[in-house]
Amino acid sequence: MNSVVALPRATPVLDRLQRWLPKLVLAPSMVVILVGFYAYIGWTLVLSFTSSSFVPNYTFVGLAQYWRLWDNDRWWVASKNLVIFGGLFIGISLVVGVLLAVLLDQRIRREGFIRTVYLYPMALSMIVTGTAWKWLLNPGMGLDKLLRDWGWTGFTFDWLINQDRVIYCVVIAAVWQASGFIMAMFLAGLRGVDGSIIRAAQVDGASLPTIYLKIVLPSLRPVFFSAFMILAHIAIKSFDLVMAMTAGGPGYASDLPAVFMYSFTFSRGQMGMGSASAMLMLGAILAILVPYLYSELRGKRHD
Amino acid sequence: MTSAVLKPGLTPSRVLIYAVLILACLMYLVPLVVMLLTSFKTPEDINSGNLLTLPHVFSTLGWVKAWATVRGYFWNSVAITVPAVLISTAVGALNGYVLSMWRFRGSQLFFGLLLFGCFLPFQAVLLPASFTLGKMGLANTTAGLVVVHVVYGLAFTTLFFRNFYVSVPEALVKAARLDGAGFFTIFGRVLLPMSVPTIMVCVIWQFTQIWNDFLFGVVFASGDAQPITVALNNLVNTTTGVKEYNVDMAAAMIAGLPTLLVYVLAGKYFLRGLTAGAVKG
Repeated sequence: MNSVVALPRATPVLDRLQRWLPKLVLAPSMVVILVGFYAYIGWTLVLSFTSSSFVPNYTFVGLAQYWRLWDNDRWWVASKNLVIFGGLFIGISLVVGVLLAVLLDQRIRREGFIRTVYLYPMALSMIVTGTAWKWLLNPGMGLDKLLRDWGWTGFTFDWLINQDRVIYCVVIAAVWQASGFIMAMFLAGLRGVDGSIIRAAQVDGASLPTIYLKIVLPSLRPVFFSAFMILAHIAIKSFDLVMAMTAGGPGYASDLPAVFMYSFTFSRGQMGMGSASAMLMLGAILAILVPYLYSELRGKRHD
Repeated sequence: MTSAVLKPGLTPSRVLIYAVLILACLMYLVPLVVMLLTSFKTPEDINSGNLLTLPHVFSTLGWVKAWATVRGYFWNSVAITVPAVLISTAVGALNGYVLSMWRFRGSQLFFGLLLFGCFLPFQAVLLPASFTLGKMGLANTTAGLVVVHVVYGLAFTTLFFRNFYVSVPEALVKAARLDGAGFFTIFGRVLLPMSVPTIMVCVIWQFTQIWNDFLFGVVFASGDAQPITVALNNLVNTTTGVKEYNVDMAAAMIAGLPTLLVYVLAGKYFLRGLTAGAVKG
């Protein structure tokens, strides 16, 4: 497959050049990837074992930075928030996405237009989304004023400045942004389902909801896996949205690990601990990525 | 499909389906509508009305002021995005070509390493990258951001082209090789002409990613070199002075319009990029 065919008219020098050309073309990217991805991860790992603060130093302190994280209340808030945010964001986006996809799959008029509307938030930057939702949920001037004007006197909605509720505001904005994309993934999956199966089940007297729940959706398991992967990945990396909506506040009630990492590494001069938190984020990504890739590769082998 | 049998009538359940779909449309549209309405209001209008009231006086003052504030950063984003998109797409195309048509020992391993790059949480490389940019004298410059976006965009751009080129019959390339065509001739004459859709997908994906980036912008560029996302965030989250929500919303619209426009004009490629980028081959 990659045998080099002798070129009859080429001189030996040119021939050799041709043979090396592919490697030469790829070489700069290889170097950049090996350094920029893998060497830098190693470097960050090394930093996480040092006492680096405002500037890097290489006094090794073992796992001390990880223990400091363990003892850091703010890190626990960020981690707990990630579990709440990630769980709700993934769950609600999947439910909304599946529901809209199934409904859109019923030979709907103007389907193209509706799809476009559902998906457009995905084109926006998280900062724009955050700015918009920060205004929509503004306590006093946003949603609560609207509902009061519409006759719901006494309605208040102050979650954005409520320590215990603020993370749910981030969930709302994130679901708004990503659920249309999940819808598109499932709609594409639904279009690949053999229609004759549905018709056969209908002839057998099964109702449409039963057919979807028992036959169609189970056959879309790979789409569920992919969607889960994507959403989990977005959740772990979530940073912009929190920065725009709350900057982690009030206090640090809406911190996520990515916000924690940024704040400790670049504002508070805690490079060692910041690096340790980055390593834990990488670990979280690997924890969902490795089983996924493993099952993907195994699935491919069966084909 | 003109048969009436295939077009179900308006049964109650279909009415319900349409109701849910239209309601969902409104939910997705409301934030955009509110942004637009607010951006055209005067501050007094904002205080007296609510999110969905129409502006009493249609005022473009918010837009004028927002543009004056973020104009420089808007052009920064252009100066970052355009070269970064072009370079990362071109390099990605060549990489994909090598990884599919000129495989050599170790090239598959390299592809695997690259794939992982698509999932990499950038937090794990931010510090070393900022040290390097500092050493190169590129800290706080738009050129530095171009470099960063090219490097960390390569994984995706290579993936797009590699996945397309593995579907191209290798016989095509072999035949060209027998005719004496060289590496670049084959690429330019045989593969590139059929790559237009992939180039579109890749360019749109990269454009959206880089234009919307905040993390790299906020870490690697401050002050005059910051991209529009960082400038918008600073504007909105500044605590000094009276909050001017019309200016905030107009600035948010200015930051969002380029990618929104691309989405409206080339939605098909946008979605294909999302799914190809998300569900890695």
